[in-house]
Amino acid sequence: MSPTITTSSEANGNVSAATARAAASAAALSEAAGPQPVTMAKALNTALADAMHADPSVLVFGEDVGMLGGVFRITDGLTATFGEQRCFDTPLAESGIVGMAVGMAINGMRPVIEMQFDAFAYPAFEQIVSHVAKMHNRTKGAVKLPMVIRVPYGGGIGGVEHHCDSSESYYAHTAGLKVFTPATVADGYRMLREAIDSDDPVIFMEPKKLYWSKDLVDLAELRTAHSAAASAGQSSEGRAAVARPGTDATLIAYGPSVPTALAAAEAAALEGRSLEVIDVRTLVPFDDETVCESVRKTGRAVVIAEAHGFASVSSEIVARVQERCFHHLAAPIRRVTGFDIPYPAPKLEKYYLPGVDRILDAVDDLQWEN
Amino acid sequence: MTISADHTAHPDTTSQAPAEDALAEAAKKFGITAEDYMLPARHQIEMVDPDGRLKPQGEQGTELGHEYPLPGDDELLAAYEQLVVGRRVNDQNSALVRQGRMAVYPSSHGQEACQVAAALCLSKGDWMFPTYRDAVAVMTRGVDPVQVMTIFRGDWHGGFDPLQHKVGIQCTPLTTQLLHAVGVAHAAKLRGEDTVVLAMCGDGATSEGDFHEALNFAAVFHLPVIFFVQNNKYAISVPLAHQSVAPSLAHKAVGYGMAGERVDGNDVVALLAVLDRAVALCRGGSGPLLVEANTYRMQAHTNADDDTRYRESSEVAEWRAKDPVNRMRTYLTDRGLLDDDGEARIREKAEAVATQLRDGLSEDVPVDPQELFRHVFEKTTPQLREQSALLADELARDAASTSDSKEAGK
Repeated sequence: MSPTITTSSEANGNVSAATARAAASAAALSEAAGPQPVTMAKALNTALADAMHADPSVLVFGEDVGMLGGVFRITDGLTATFGEQRCFDTPLAESGIVGMAVGMAINGMRPVIEMQFDAFAYPAFEQIVSHVAKMHNRTKGAVKLPMVIRVPYGGGIGGVEHHCDSSESYYAHTAGLKVFTPATVADGYRMLREAIDSDDPVIFMEPKKLYWSKDLVDLAELRTAHSAAASAGQSSEGRAAVARPGTDATLIAYGPSVPTALAAAEAAALEGRSLEVIDVRTLVPFDDETVCESVRKTGRAVVIAEAHGFASVSSEIVARVQERCFHHLAAPIRRVTGFDIPYPAPKLEKYYLPGVDRILDAVDDLQWEN
Repeated sequence: MTISADHTAHPDTTSQAPAEDALAEAAKKFGITAEDYMLPARHQIEMVDPDGRLKPQGEQGTELGHEYPLPGDDELLAAYEQLVVGRRVNDQNSALVRQGRMAVYPSSHGQEACQVAAALCLSKGDWMFPTYRDAVAVMTRGVDPVQVMTIFRGDWHGGFDPLQHKVGIQCTPLTTQLLHAVGVAHAAKLRGEDTVVLAMCGDGATSEGDFHEALNFAAVFHLPVIFFVQNNKYAISVPLAHQSVAPSLAHKAVGYGMAGERVDGNDVVALLAVLDRAVALCRGGSGPLLVEANTYRMQAHTNADDDTRYRESSEVAEWRAKDPVNRMRTYLTDRGLLDDDGEARIREKAEAVATQLRDGLSEDVPVDPQELFRHVFEKTTPQLREQSALLADELARDAASTSDSKEAGK
């Protein structure tokens, strides 16, 4: 494994500090009341701790997730709280991590495993595609694989090669996998809890540039809401969210691109254009209904994703919307995606990533003169 | 060392004991060094020679710390019965493929001793993870023969419930199942269960990355897994010499810090002796282990393969003389454990299984196209519901037009 590259000082907290924070991170009850500024990393960490509290079969393992708490500190404090049997480091082998998780899931556990970086998950591709995705179908549902594969993904953190891939399309393309990606702190908590509860395997794509983004959220309230929804058998799986309502055009985004889309909508509003922003949330299953309802209303759409555009989730979204909303469209659907090039070096990534200007240019192109 | 609903963390040193301590302990138990415990004995373990004669104890390949008591008579008779059934099943299935009643069948003809021993060494609560060539082992484990062969019949990818039988799916991607075996053993260990897991692969498969990862994980987490390698000398056409130049495949164990052993894979007596001991060691906490069985794939890889392109018929003939079934028949007959009546009874049983297979596989099982969508997820998706409706509509229109044309033809 190559060394972890990150530009965030928060991701480099030393181990003793991590240990000192450990009790607090899992002792959920000590949280301050009411909405507080919370990072996505903290929300994910709390979701893991809460899931481990709720169900002794939930196990967390991967590379550096134990004592260190993960290179992004998402598993911070879990070993201290739950012991080395429930949160532990494995040998450095991604196929081994996923394959062992398959066996554990076969034998009654609910593993939540971490692939350290998007591109480091590729050695596990065979296990994911040939077994994680197929076991339920092959055994006619006799064997369920309730496992979550957490994948920190995407760029925008000044990371070097192999640390910034947007790999979601590989998983979304594979029949039998569910693919979630949160864009808000609250969704970080909610969707990870739902992924762990799911009896289907979930690839949980975590936008790493949003790990340190903060929202005002009430973790205690999220926890209560999750318990209530879970006992009622409800889940937000397969439901997109209207992140910002608007009337003139729809920006369809997910994961790391949602804040960019929201910034573009904010800028457009200053120019008198009202853009609706849809946060897709779960790539599989895809919420055709919410997305198409918005596009039928606005008549115009731009799909935004960091990943390469060619043969991707973004191309799938365009195809689906076009098939379902053709007669409501005032203009061809546009896409703003990463170029079809290997992820660039840190000093070049700003030219690659979809940004506000490129999104607004695409919006301008939506045949307003008609 | 168990996981309970008590969520408090206990600093538990025993469960995290480094593997080297466990190895040292095992070595101490047998009065040899850790290296001698891990390294396979100098020669393979072989108890009954190809002519069916019990070898003198000094020539069985055993050594200090690598001692193997002869299995009991009942166990050997039960194994012989399964050998005869297994051989009959292999040959029946090959015939069904030739008749076009089975899509494909990777036969274990010649490897029946490995197949039978792999299943018989395990207890009811143990798990087995087989490959596509291990149908006889799965059957010997007690799975209904027709259910086992469903994978090759073509109406679904598998016919038995892995959880019910504690037998993994017959795995086609090489050595990926070894990691599933590791996970099953790990989960059992965390719950404090004494489950042993036997994971099977072939000689060619030892070149795969997952072979390495599985052995290393099992050793590092100190798990009760037996890696059982059937070295049948060929990976389709590629001979062992192109896969590995290790002194033996069993020698790979030492690199992971686990014990390895070589055994005559056509001698079911030696196989049971070695595997029974491996199971006992694993159950007692001295696992994992690697066992290499030296055997031979007597037939082509599958019916689609032509083995005359890559091996000499003289080599095949040489191995025919080491046949595991004949060898055992001679041994048991000479020892007075098997007579003509016993042999006839066993053959009758084998014939009954063959009949069951012929009937079961000739049956035209109706397929339900909607089943295509039913099992993809535990909780299905709107997209699959849509596609399922599309297919239903297509089929309804087909049916309507067929009945229309019948009406018109009246």
